[in-house]
Amino acid sequence: MRLILRIWRQKNRNTKGKFARYEVNDVNPDMSMLECLDVLNEDLARRGKEPVAFEHDCREGICGSCGFMINGVAHGPLSGTTVCQLTMRHFKDGEELILEPWRARAFPLVKDLAVDRNAFDRIIAAGGYISISTGSAPDGNAIPVSKERADAAMDAAQCIGCGACVAACPNASASLFTGAKITHLGLLPQGQPERDLRAVRMVTQMNLEQFGQCTNIGECVAVCPKLIPIEVIGRMNHDYIAGSMREPEAGEA
Amino acid sequence: MELHSRTPSGPIEQAWDKARFEMKLVNPANKRKHNIIVVGSGLAGASAAASLGELGYGVQCFCFQDSPRRAHSIAAQGGINAAKNYPNDGDSVYRLFYDTVKGGDFRSREANVYRLAQISVSIIDQCVAQGVPFAREYGGTLANRSFGGAQVSRTFYARGQTGQQLLLGAYQALERQIDAGRVAMFPRTEMLDLIVIDGRARGIVARNLVTGQITTYLGDAVVLATGGYGNVYYLSTNAKGSNATAIWRAYKRGALFANPCFTQIHPTCIPVSGDYQSKLTLMSESLRNDGRIWVPKTKGDKRPPNQIPAEDRDYYLERRYPSFGNLVPRDVASRNAKNVCDEGRGVGPGGLGVYLDFADAIRRLGEKVIRERYGNLFDMYERITDENPYKVPMRIYPAIHYTMGGLWVDYQLMSTIPGLFVGGEANFSDHGANRLGASALMQGLSDGYFILPYTIGNYLADNKLNSVEESSSEIRGAVAGVENNIQKLLSINGKRTVDSFHRELGKVVWEYCGMARTAAGLKHAIERIRELREEFWQDVNVPGSDADLNQSLERAGRVADFFELAELMCIDGLHRNESCGGHFREEHQTPEGEALRDDEHFSYVAAWEYRGPGNPPELQKEPLAFEYVHPSQRSYK
Amino acid sequence: MSSIAIGLRENKAVRLWDSTNGKKAVMAVSGFILFLFVLGHMLGNLQVFEGPAQFNRYAQLLRTLPEGLWAVRIILLIMVVLHIVAAVQLALRKRTARPIGYAKRKPIGSTYASRTMYWSGPIIFAFIVYHLLDLTSGNLNPNFIEGDVYHNVIASFSNPFVSAWYIFAMVLLAFHLRHGLWSMFNSLGLTHPRYTPALRRAATFFAVVIFLGFISVPIGVLTGIVK
Repeated sequence: MRLILRIWRQKNRNTKGKFARYEVNDVNPDMSMLECLDVLNEDLARRGKEPVAFEHDCREGICGSCGFMINGVAHGPLSGTTVCQLTMRHFKDGEELILEPWRARAFPLVKDLAVDRNAFDRIIAAGGYISISTGSAPDGNAIPVSKERADAAMDAAQCIGCGACVAACPNASASLFTGAKITHLGLLPQGQPERDLRAVRMVTQMNLEQFGQCTNIGECVAVCPKLIPIEVIGRMNHDYIAGSMREPEAGEA
Repeated sequence: MELHSRTPSGPIEQAWDKARFEMKLVNPANKRKHNIIVVGSGLAGASAAASLGELGYGVQCFCFQDSPRRAHSIAAQGGINAAKNYPNDGDSVYRLFYDTVKGGDFRSREANVYRLAQISVSIIDQCVAQGVPFAREYGGTLANRSFGGAQVSRTFYARGQTGQQLLLGAYQALERQIDAGRVAMFPRTEMLDLIVIDGRARGIVARNLVTGQITTYLGDAVVLATGGYGNVYYLSTNAKGSNATAIWRAYKRGALFANPCFTQIHPTCIPVSGDYQSKLTLMSESLRNDGRIWVPKTKGDKRPPNQIPAEDRDYYLERRYPSFGNLVPRDVASRNAKNVCDEGRGVGPGGLGVYLDFADAIRRLGEKVIRERYGNLFDMYERITDENPYKVPMRIYPAIHYTMGGLWVDYQLMSTIPGLFVGGEANFSDHGANRLGASALMQGLSDGYFILPYTIGNYLADNKLNSVEESSSEIRGAVAGVENNIQKLLSINGKRTVDSFHRELGKVVWEYCGMARTAAGLKHAIERIRELREEFWQDVNVPGSDADLNQSLERAGRVADFFELAELMCIDGLHRNESCGGHFREEHQTPEGEALRDDEHFSYVAAWEYRGPGNPPELQKEPLAFEYVHPSQRSYK
Repeated sequence: MSSIAIGLRENKAVRLWDSTNGKKAVMAVSGFILFLFVLGHMLGNLQVFEGPAQFNRYAQLLRTLPEGLWAVRIILLIMVVLHIVAAVQLALRKRTARPIGYAKRKPIGSTYASRTMYWSGPIIFAFIVYHLLDLTSGNLNPNFIEGDVYHNVIASFSNPFVSAWYIFAMVLLAFHLRHGLWSMFNSLGLTHPRYTPALRRAATFFAVVIFLGFISVPIGVLTGIVK
């Protein structure tokens, strides 16, 4: 099949970008979106032109590297799927696709379709962990966790950190990402001692990173490759508000 | 060069205690004065960097990905083994040790494997405490399953995403140390050379992949935890970025490379669908618990699978291995799939595939049960192939999955370059010639959390390290070498793309140094690889510049190293005149077609020493002694 | 984890208000109080169907305790101000969070109501100002008679344009509530996957009830049921 790709090309953060139009003629319906870009890039490289830069690594939907907007939808039209597993059979012959990078102040552009998502790492560094140094753990079965709770924690823990939630949110909010980690750790007994401070620190960092506000409209959930539920945001808000009330302020404690 | 494994003497059960007791300790106040460089942020790298940071060392951690959380450990599906014996089914440290040595076809170092089995227990505790959401029983205790044909249930898992959850645990521990200021993280930074001064590893030369800036980072010890080299084959289950550059540059700086031909093929991957294919997707091995593997009895049978009656089907694994059936180890299952396809009985486009059929299981257990067990895998299969595995049998084919070979390390995980430590898949240490399922995660975390933090301390306390001059000739030489290499790649301006070379290299290595190897084939491959490498340096085209993100340039450097490594793999495979584990030499098989080991001549680790460009590498042998598990012929009949 | 490193040791209320999440919590609480008022207001309005005597008596009753009336008015005013100030500040943040927009963006997971909160809100506010000038102070109502609420309502709604404007505003209010009534629970962290579908249904139910309750008055006037 044949596709027309309009792809955002931008050399780096300091130059202006624009859309470039490409035709890819030998698209196989079994290809993934990224393999389609591979074909285009091979062609560009053969002609001595610079290939389109895009993030990718595992190509099996788990590393979270890949992702861009396809016709205005993060990761494209197939629900619960990253672009590396989105096969071309979901598009029509001759269709025109607009490929754009994630756009958010907190995700500065690196090149073409690649953006910098280290703001996510800083949110995790602010508190997305349980403070347990190597060697000090009790026996694995010393802390029972009900199956239901462990499953719910796992639902939230599946987040791959791809950034689609931010990209799809009209406000570029990182609430689904942050909420997923707060929920994962906050549901487990191991996560209780730091639950208040974790929520306060992570949310504070999220706001410092210039992500926008959450208006609970659910665009993030619709594009999330792991279908993380919107209630993780509720949990984040709960823990943040409760934590803010309980955490000491100047002069206390 | 003589290889000293520094394995402690005495009973194997006490070896690790003894080794730890004999280690020198760094004064806590002095720890922060030491800078340790950790390259790679997967299970081994992230856990080592975090644990070293917790101890108070200064740590610099590097990864080529945009975030340490992307490391390819994240893609491991099945689980992690530990000798907890929670299910009370007779498991023990000794049994896990025994299974691993036997599974490795008696080509691993006993003391290392024993330590791995001992530490496995602590890993689970550590990960649970970090909040890894392992599967649970209704009573709230940890759930276990049997995996990869093991007779006991010792595998802990978090759905089909165990690697992801363990990596995120290590990543979070790492981020905690970053926040505490003890670890400095350098994402999008690729190590391109090792700095060796006075015979010791003292730093790395690395390139910032966004700005192209070449920088040297100096330290008192260097840890390489950069993963395996399966991407030599181009098509593998590895991530696209996984590469051997760090360990290869270390090899060229004097670290020995052990058992490069020991590669593992995973039997259940989705077959190749076309030339454009960029990677192979693994389907969890657990599918073999309920799926039946078959091909048509006659060559060229083009009927759709549902129309092939039972008497025209060959359930070849059940036929050949009545007691293990579809659950034979990975290498056996893979080789048999190759054989039936070579006979022309393969299915699907190109004839490279066999059926993995759930029809009987669905009939027996109902579709609901199968959906509960494998639903997400079936969905993934359907997403990729557009075929519904509840209705049509899946098609699978083996693919390169893991490399047991790697840099040679002693019991302390130190390579032959003092101060250069190697952890995880990047070293050769624990899996011999074949790795058992759910053991890779165990080894990565064992190295990172519980071994390297001790052994590096011992090295630092035991050695007086001089300060390093930034302007030393070794550093300037290393930087110049890296810069020249980049300029050379950019200036060739040939006609072929990097990927076209990589693809062709992969085909050669897969054909001749893949599931089955012959002396003639390996010799041919060595010649072909040399020709291709020659052509690569004449005719490759790397567009773009070195001053910003240039993914073609990154790949070109990695592929250049793959060429050299591929040759070494073939040299190693050619010299090892026996079949063992993942290394199957067609000349050496039993009358039934099983691997035939030659313990008399090949019971050793083959460690290769670099002897300069153009010179053949020199073989050094570390003899293997089996005092506890006596070598026997593996049998799955 | 330490609370010092990130500068947490400031006043709690300030810290909450400074965060987007705190502002959303304020919007949720103020929105809920305003919703309670709207619900009560609607129930009061329905007494118009019981005739002028009952309706005017009800209106009189509300004014028997001026301190109470003003207390309620002041609370409502504070809620309106908080709701709007938070909304405006968040709306401005939205721009800084995404300085470069998409060439193409297609919503796939949100309702029309949720996407139009920034439109429905200001229009409802404009309506409230008009509504107060029309029926509370009477400035915009040429036939206004102080104290005869029943008369004023009929006088106003007899004008089809006024009724149309009123009904239009109620459509927007219903949309606003349909999303807001659910969203407030998530903003305050009172959601659970098990109850979300029920919460969403309840939000829609109340939005529809409020809508029908309010528009019954102008429709009653226009159709002559109320005269």
